[in-house]
Amino acid sequence: MKLSISALLAFTLCAGVVQADPIRQGNLEVDGAWARASIGASRPGGAYFTVRNLGNEADRLIGLSSPVSAMPMLHETTVSEEGVSRMAHVEAPEIPAGGALVLEPGGMHLMLMELTGPLEEGGTFPLTLIFETAGEVTIEVPVLSIRATGPEE
Amino acid sequence: MSLTRRLVLGGGAVTALGAGTLGLGWWRVDGPGAARPSSATDPALPLPLGDMTVTLTDHQGRRVAAADWVGRPTVAFFGFTWCPEVCPTTLSDISVWLEELGAEADSLNVAFITADPERDTPKALAEYLTPFDPRIVGYTGTPEEIAETAAAFRVRIEKRPVNQGDYTVDHTAGVFLFRADGSFGTIIDYHEDRTFAVPKIRRILNQA
Ligand SMILES: [Cu+2]
Repeated sequence: MKLSISALLAFTLCAGVVQADPIRQGNLEVDGAWARASIGASRPGGAYFTVRNLGNEADRLIGLSSPVSAMPMLHETTVSEEGVSRMAHVEAPEIPAGGALVLEPGGMHLMLMELTGPLEEGGTFPLTLIFETAGEVTIEVPVLSIRATGPEE
Repeated sequence: MSLTRRLVLGGGAVTALGAGTLGLGWWRVDGPGAARPSSATDPALPLPLGDMTVTLTDHQGRRVAAADWVGRPTVAFFGFTWCPEVCPTTLSDISVWLEELGAEADSLNVAFITADPERDTPKALAEYLTPFDPRIVGYTGTPEEIAETAAAFRVRIEKRPVNQGDYTVDHTAGVFLFRADGSFGTIIDYHEDRTFAVPKIRRILNQA
């Protein structure tokens, strides 16, 4: 599975530092990461973040890994004309030059499938993002309430 | 309402004519004079609750018929707790609406009906609903009961596989509002802003 190529690598990259400021990697800036607390580990977890591209060339998110999930996947929720919501897998989304890839409730989200343990409110976990051009960056994702609808200010 | 009344009663000939037309339009389309379109005969709209024959199991294991909801205004929506995205978002939204309505919302039935009866047992629903507004009641049933409920609400439910063995459920995401008499009121669309949603709920609370 393309999006979990370095599932094991993430264990060694765990810095354990909660960042408030955007993390810069090449021309990209990763910001506003948060996850929803899960109830147990039997259901997938949900997480969100924003990647801004400050460069002149498009980049792509080609891989994801985290020790909390055996299978992180990017999904997009769409609602059809008839009001039917569905989730579809998103493969390697582009971060346009000067633009951003925004994950937020009701839109694109990170599905943390096969959780290795519950995501507990108040905790954090490392998430590694692998970009085609900018390379790899690991961020700490704070776990907010199951009722949260956005990142903490 | 009072604004419209003032317009209808006020002013000279020309304004009275204009305002009168406006007032009449409001009266017929949206006001108390509106012929309530019966959803019983419109295949695109949910049946009146009193016409639904289905019985479901709530998150405390009690058997409740949809027809039992008649007598109080009802807010009903479909979802499934496996989904970490649409479901918590909708439940968070509805919890916020209910909190904004405060004690006013105490007379509502708030029904979260699972679109995924296989995974959402009463226990799974009870566990999942704990962090949300306690006025939200989860409902499940046999796959047949859920299919019958979906049909009565004119809701589409479709299971779709995602990675080995797991599946997701596509489902109609709107929130259905019914008046206390069980007649269908309106739908709050997914994503609809709370500034529109809360007044819609208030309206069904105030309609007999
Ligand atoms: Cu998803």
